[in-house]
Amino acid sequence: MQSSSRLKPNDGSVVLLVGTTKGAFLYWSDAERSQWRFSGPHFPGHVVYAAAYDGRAGRRRIWLSSQHYAFGVNLYSSDDFGQSWTKPEAALIKFPEDTGLELKQIWQIAVGRDAEPDTLYCGVEPAALFESNDAGRNWSLVRGLHNHPHRPQWSPGGGGLCLHTILPHPTDPNRMHVAISAGGVYRTEDGGRSWNVSNHGISAEFLPNPFPEFGQCVHKIDRHPSQPERLFLQNHGGLFRSDNGGESWKSIAQGVPSDFGFPMVLHPHDPDTAYIFPLSREMRCGPDGKVRVYRTKNAGRSWEPLTRGLPQKAAYETVLRDGLAVDSLKPAGVYFGTRSGKLYGSANGGHGWRLIADGLPPIACVQTAVVGERAEARPRTVWMTARKPFRRAALGAPRQR
Amino acid sequence: MPIRVLLPSYLRSFAGGRREVALSPAARTVAEALEELWRLHPGLRDRVLTERGAVRPYVNIFVGQANIREAGGLAAPVSEGCEILIVPNVAGGCPGQRG
Repeated sequence: MQSSSRLKPNDGSVVLLVGTTKGAFLYWSDAERSQWRFSGPHFPGHVVYAAAYDGRAGRRRIWLSSQHYAFGVNLYSSDDFGQSWTKPEAALIKFPEDTGLELKQIWQIAVGRDAEPDTLYCGVEPAALFESNDAGRNWSLVRGLHNHPHRPQWSPGGGGLCLHTILPHPTDPNRMHVAISAGGVYRTEDGGRSWNVSNHGISAEFLPNPFPEFGQCVHKIDRHPSQPERLFLQNHGGLFRSDNGGESWKSIAQGVPSDFGFPMVLHPHDPDTAYIFPLSREMRCGPDGKVRVYRTKNAGRSWEPLTRGLPQKAAYETVLRDGLAVDSLKPAGVYFGTRSGKLYGSANGGHGWRLIADGLPPIACVQTAVVGERAEARPRTVWMTARKPFRRAALGAPRQR
Repeated sequence: MPIRVLLPSYLRSFAGGRREVALSPAARTVAEALEELWRLHPGLRDRVLTERGAVRPYVNIFVGQANIREAGGLAAPVSEGCEILIVPNVAGGCPGQRG
């Protein structure tokens, strides 16, 4: 594999943003996705939990969260695929003084809808949502969620008390889901002013009440823009699907070797197809020493292991909640990175896999982008007609229901 | 004699590449000295302090040989000609830190 920090991806290239506990790496290939170049480590020695690609409004911008073990965490961006990075003097994300809180980690960076090309979101630890409406220059705490009366009762999971998933509704600018470990799923329908629990049917096996109103340790949720009322969820024990925008959830854990795992990713072109990486509860590695991505093609009624090209003997691998990703090409590419530093990819929807990289530091996140892709060609993008931004002004007046 | 602040390599890029910054000898506490440092080099503040103004847990600040955590924290006294050393603490063997 060729390493070069001077070469950069061309139009049509697939780019993988790989965050590790010791820096970030960028991999890119043409649409064949058989030969990969890479650059990195970027921010060597830093923990990179979150990455995102912003291709809106003509940008080709990579965002990373980068945590120096002593000197804190900040957001950085690059408009030239890592040849140079911004160097903000101040921390871009800070808890306001009245909260008394201190930022520990940035777990998720999410770009907003295409109709709001300057909007970005971050999910952080301690669990909170931040929003920028000026392309990441200034950030503000989403007060409606921060002031939720449940917040004092949220409790940290093994990774900390984090807001790790942000899902803006693809067509309705007032709607969004977020997931918190361990708080569960919350949704807003009024642009962030108020937030309702969205956990009905999701289990919490570690609590006296196995189906509490909130407190679930949700590991990841995803949804398909062509069917936005349907969501898929990987829980700390349990797989669930909602067909009514998170109003209620039902189990779809039939036929998997373990219902424990971290990631949940939907196929870019098929709202019935989803990918997971089941883990044994005891070791939190692929069960039976096998590396297996599981796929459903019927919205969770059944699951099949995808193993061609993956180790099936004495391979104890772990994939974290943001370690599994898909690209938007046809056929879709599927990728995952492990805590042992292996990066695998499939250029055919998971039918066969190849090792892209080995020997990386523990991989925390994998995100994908197709360079120069027109927004209207992106399957995860739906153009909006009613464009009301997720208004910052609206966020200062908490109103809980 | 100015108060001298010595910076670790990671922080020097936020101080124009300087290894050492000279401050006014008028400061009476570490906090006062650091306020001048932040004015001269704003990029240093959020790396050394949290948003609540506390010294980050894995950052040590010494005045001479004394770690300010045992000498009154940011209220620790400084004097003309003293040396303030900012260094990252050692961290190892812990997943998610430096392990």
